[in-house]
Amino acid sequence: MANPAETPSYYIPHSGWYPVWLAASMFVMLVGLGSYLNALKTDEGGSLLFFYVGFAGLSVVLYQWFAKVISENQVGLVSGQLKKSYVWGMGWFIFSEVMFFAAFFGALFYVRNFVMTWMGGDGGKALTGDYLYPEFDNTWPVITNPDPSVFAGPKESMAPPPLSQWGGYLPFWNTAILLTSSITVHFAHTGLKNDNRKSFITWLAVTVVLGVIFLGLQAEEYIEAYAHLGLTLDSGIYGSTFFILTGFHGFHVTLGTFMLLIALIRAIKGHFSHEDCFGFEATSWYWHFVDVVWLGLFIFVYLF
Amino acid sequence: MSAVIEEHHDDHDHGPAKGLARWLFTTNHKDIGTMYLWFSFLMFLIGGTMALIIRAELFQPGLQFVQPEFFNQMTTNHGLIMVFGAIMPAFVGLANWLIPMMVGAPDMALPRMNNLSFWILPFAFGLLISTLFMEGGGPNFGWTFYAPLSTTYAPDTVTFFIFGVHMMGASSIMGSINIIATILNMRAPGMTFMRMPLFVWTWLITAYLLIAVMPVLAGAVTMMLFDIHFGTSFFSAAGGGDPVMFQHIFWFFGHPEVYIMILPAFGIVSAIIPTFARKPLFGYDSMVYATASIAFLSFIVWAHHMFTVGMPLAGQLFFMYSTMLIAVPTGVKVFNWVATMWKGSMTFETPMLFAIAFVILFTMGGFSGLMLAITPADYQYHDTYFVVAHFHYVLVPGALFSIIAAVYYWLPKWCGRMYDETLGKTHFWLSFIGVNVTFFPQHFSGLAGMPRRIPDYALAFADFNMISSVGAFIFGFSQLFFLYVLIKTITSGRPATAQVWDGAKGLEWTIASPAPYHSFTTPPVVTLENNPH
Ligand SMILES: [Cu+2]
Repeated sequence: MANPAETPSYYIPHSGWYPVWLAASMFVMLVGLGSYLNALKTDEGGSLLFFYVGFAGLSVVLYQWFAKVISENQVGLVSGQLKKSYVWGMGWFIFSEVMFFAAFFGALFYVRNFVMTWMGGDGGKALTGDYLYPEFDNTWPVITNPDPSVFAGPKESMAPPPLSQWGGYLPFWNTAILLTSSITVHFAHTGLKNDNRKSFITWLAVTVVLGVIFLGLQAEEYIEAYAHLGLTLDSGIYGSTFFILTGFHGFHVTLGTFMLLIALIRAIKGHFSHEDCFGFEATSWYWHFVDVVWLGLFIFVYLF
Repeated sequence: MSAVIEEHHDDHDHGPAKGLARWLFTTNHKDIGTMYLWFSFLMFLIGGTMALIIRAELFQPGLQFVQPEFFNQMTTNHGLIMVFGAIMPAFVGLANWLIPMMVGAPDMALPRMNNLSFWILPFAFGLLISTLFMEGGGPNFGWTFYAPLSTTYAPDTVTFFIFGVHMMGASSIMGSINIIATILNMRAPGMTFMRMPLFVWTWLITAYLLIAVMPVLAGAVTMMLFDIHFGTSFFSAAGGGDPVMFQHIFWFFGHPEVYIMILPAFGIVSAIIPTFARKPLFGYDSMVYATASIAFLSFIVWAHHMFTVGMPLAGQLFFMYSTMLIAVPTGVKVFNWVATMWKGSMTFETPMLFAIAFVILFTMGGFSGLMLAITPADYQYHDTYFVVAHFHYVLVPGALFSIIAAVYYWLPKWCGRMYDETLGKTHFWLSFIGVNVTFFPQHFSGLAGMPRRIPDYALAFADFNMISSVGAFIFGFSQLFFLYVLIKTITSGRPATAQVWDGAKGLEWTIASPAPYHSFTTPPVVTLENNPH
């Protein structure tokens, strides 16, 4: 808890164009994406031009904004109090991300515990299943959907092979890689704390490489799913939950890897010291967060 | 003690920038608060116009003015705009104006992000409202956007609706993070947690609710987006999903959301009643604990909106009892407000009138809520006008009255001028009569079985609907009168003193009226003397 009495000074940034520019870019980007998606359903097909324009605007302003914050910190404008506000801000931002994933995990649990039971003709709402889809059997992963004529199921799922064959099971390797990367980012932090720059930069670089390898393997897995397993977004509820959970996780890993890369570039440029390294610390918290989410995924999406 | 560091430019003084740039680029909590409040007023008028279109159509049975398709768009957008565009931004605007002044800070903790939180909103609502003019029309599936109405059977514009909700969510989350950081980190020396004004407490708890549930709403609309455009089957039984699952996820967000719209109101009323009763708030500590309890319970009651949808018996029992449990902490609050007024030397200025009306009418809305919580009775009330009457009683003479009360109460501090008491009281009585004439009869038409969200109805409901429509027009036009009172105050009200109200306690009354651009350049020292809550 911050004791306000010991804070040296307040810092109020001067007004600036970043926020309104960011909001406008976000608007252009989402309007562009929405129009594109809607146009896809017509014969004409869509264009992503506005999406790219908005994305470019967003990238420019984010770059400028972060550069500004970093330079303010380097000239000593950022007070201890503001640093604490950053810590609170990042902490609660990560919590909001946890709740975002909670929605998808919640959907997964609801489907598996309630929908599947009832549709399979058991439990309190068994009649629904008996009436709607009497043929449907409650199995997970779902290979045969309640109405296969609307949603053709996958040929195979991502369920794990027997333990002896885990050597060829990609998600196992991904778990190992991500867990290792959580440890390496911790080593980097330790290096920084001990003022050992070489160790800091080396371990940070290793973490970035591990993040990239994870993403590569994840891409490999998706290609495999689409090309050979028939496991797609439209292959029913198993594919839906599988792709939305692993997809958003992958998106967060991409973001996290990018953030680590920025931290690495800054580290090489000589930024961060053991008492002033919030940019790096926030990134490492984020990285631990995507790691924990992955553990949840590995257990509930892949294993059980 | 310390001073404010500004990022110095050569020509910089401590006042606001000139012209449009001031509003576009500002990082000042007062400017941003002002923009939030005017934005929410604009949305209130737009959402109110939609309500009047609805009430005009329902003045008589049969179709008079609009087609059913358009009527559906009106009910949907009225709800969305009032919830996300009027009530929530008004509370955020009040938080911006008041929290830094109340805790003795110069500004919000993260001022640039504060500006971003605001500026996302005009774009988000521009996007939402523009869908009404697009091919196929705007969202027409109710503000609760149940699948499959909002997926399989939705107009194409649902895509923009989804992105609009994403933007509003981002705005709310950033706003909440800012409020939490400000309250936890920017309090003046001596401003301990249990000395914070209740408005600060209720907003702190509200901010936690927002951070916990807005991402869930984002998840829900994201699944809709995937069902619509990428062939997933989250809400389609044919693929192993479930439309009822949508309702669970939505109401996991939706029930905390209704407390997001009422907890700050509790804080406002807890500030106003002691001032005009000239007594300290009765049971401050229990108010804090009651607020926290309500917030906690709000996460485990959501399925009371879904009793008729189909749920195991154990679920119905659990959600019925947990819902009724909320009456306990809420009762504590109402008791405390009444006890504060008990034997006080009361005067009835406009903010106090709105606050007292809040206590009475919100309690009525609470009682009809208890009736709805009883599962077997809900089978009768579900989706009738009784539900409409219930939530309008908690949101209009509840949340909205508290916002109006807050504006009358703090406006002298904001603009340095007093409103005209006669005009204020006229506004109160018009609103009070209007709101009751509008919504009280809806209890009866609802109990008699009139379904909500329909443009036409059986002849049996004609009288009550006619009364209701008359009330709605009285209420609607008295808010234009409110606008007139506001403009008159800001342009030509008589100057206000720093203290404004002789019974008012708290740091915001220790600084000049209008409040200086940076409230506290050095943190004040808070003692029990100058801030007994
Ligand atoms: Cu509820």
